Amino acid sequence: MSAPPSPPGPGWRPRLRRAIVLRHDPVRDQDLLVMPERIVVLNEEAAAVVRLCDGERTVGDIVTELTGTWPAAPVAADVSGFLVRIRDEGWVG
Amino acid sequence: MSAVAPPWAMLAELTHSCPLHCSYCSNPVELIARDRELNTGQWVRVMEDAAAIGVVHAHLSGGEPLLRPDLTAIVAAAARAGVYTQLVTSGAGLTPARLAELAAAGLHSVQLSVQDATAAASDRIAGGRWFATKERAAALVREADLPLGLNVVLHRHNLDTVGEIIELGASWGAERVELANTQFYGWAMRNRDRLLPSRDQLRRAEETVRAWRERLAGRMELIWVVPDYFDGVAKPCMGGWGAISLTVAPDGRVLPCPGAYVLPGLAFPDVREHSLRWIWEESAAFNAYRGTAWMSGPCAGCARRDTDFGGCRCQAYALTGDAGRTDPACSLSPDHHLIQAIATGDRPGGDAGPVANRRMPRARSGHGGEGG
Ligand code: SF4
Ligand code: SF4
Repeated sequence: MSAPPSPPGPGWRPRLRRAIVLRHDPVRDQDLLVMPERIVVLNEEAAAVVRLCDGERTVGDIVTELTGTWPAAPVAADVSGFLVRIRDEGWVG
Repeated sequence: MSAVAPPWAMLAELTHSCPLHCSYCSNPVELIARDRELNTGQWVRVMEDAAAIGVVHAHLSGGEPLLRPDLTAIVAAAARAGVYTQLVTSGAGLTPARLAELAAAGLHSVQLSVQDATAAASDRIAGGRWFATKERAAALVREADLPLGLNVVLHRHNLDTVGEIIELGASWGAERVELANTQFYGWAMRNRDRLLPSRDQLRRAEETVRAWRERLAGRMELIWVVPDYFDGVAKPCMGGWGAISLTVAPDGRVLPCPGAYVLPGLAFPDVREHSLRWIWEESAAFNAYRGTAWMSGPCAGCARRDTDFGGCRCQAYALTGDAGRTDPACSLSPDHHLIQAIATGDRPGGDAGPVANRRMPRARSGHGGEGG
């Protein structure tokens, strides 16, 4: 689970780690990232990014897709920064 | 949503039976016999009801949950309901076929208990030759590509080898090693004088863990569950009474915490008689120490009361006879001298006397508890 040391390039295809589940919690009406010993409550934007971490899409694909959803936001910088953070946590690889 | 926030986690004690005999086991001294256990259909309903009231995580524990022949059906029910499952096991009974079946049913992760770093020491604590079984179980879990956590209960007899235990975790491919200093409930309370470490031992172990944590950063997570008796601080037991988690006993009783069996005056409601929702939100047992209104003494006026919830009710009861008092682990408690006397070794018994390895009533042997 050691993270690659360099910042990921545009060709990186982030994938949620196998034992980690992204799910909507109907009781709390929130998106959750569920792991063996931890539950993380995601905000809407974070959940939208994680949902696209399928190991198929590149970071570029994810940014393009989300730019349509949030035209006013600096999507590229936000998404890459977020992905690096959750990679360092070991949630995506 | 009602005024009571929904629970996040459920500890499902599927059985109190266990082939191991750890003296630190947190199962109640009165272990629940197999003929009083919930049946498959009842556990399936518990999983469905738990999901419906907001439970996200189920820890399938015991005792040894693999002793339930219907474990796969229970895992499948949880998975269908969207509940994330972690098997908490001693490793006894984990065959390749069994693990494949559980993984196919949707099991998410496995937490394996280990007693010490070597076979000889580990087997002595577990009361049987189990170390090789555990090593095989760890390899199976890794081969199945499930995340593996190790759970080690620490006490006087293994604290000095905590570095070796961490290395063992790394060599077995664990993603996480939880180093849990013994909590003195159940069998562990009965054996307290034999298990309690010295302050020096704890300090050394803590330093070792700190050094390893730096070395392993990003590769293996190390969790250090702080000891109760030594630092003068009360721990927020279970994140507060009826706040985050519930425990379902093998016989269907529901408790706010696995240490609560012994608390007097609380009728723990049964899943066969009440809905889990009513139990969580309305039952007297879950409301007895919920929030802060029940507090008196130093807690009631204390700035930390919303952070540590006055500490552990079971510990307050075990040491003072009154579950409603401030946890004596807290240096502000009028009973703190009780803990200090124990922690400084001023205790009767000392090393004398046999360890009470846990046994089931009647012919059955067993164990249980968070050790798993
Ligand atoms: S007095 Fe009670 S609330 Fe305050 S720190 Fe101690 S245990 Fe916690
Ligand atoms: S349930 Fe108790 S006796 Fe069995 S392995 Fe866990 S801690 Fe040991």
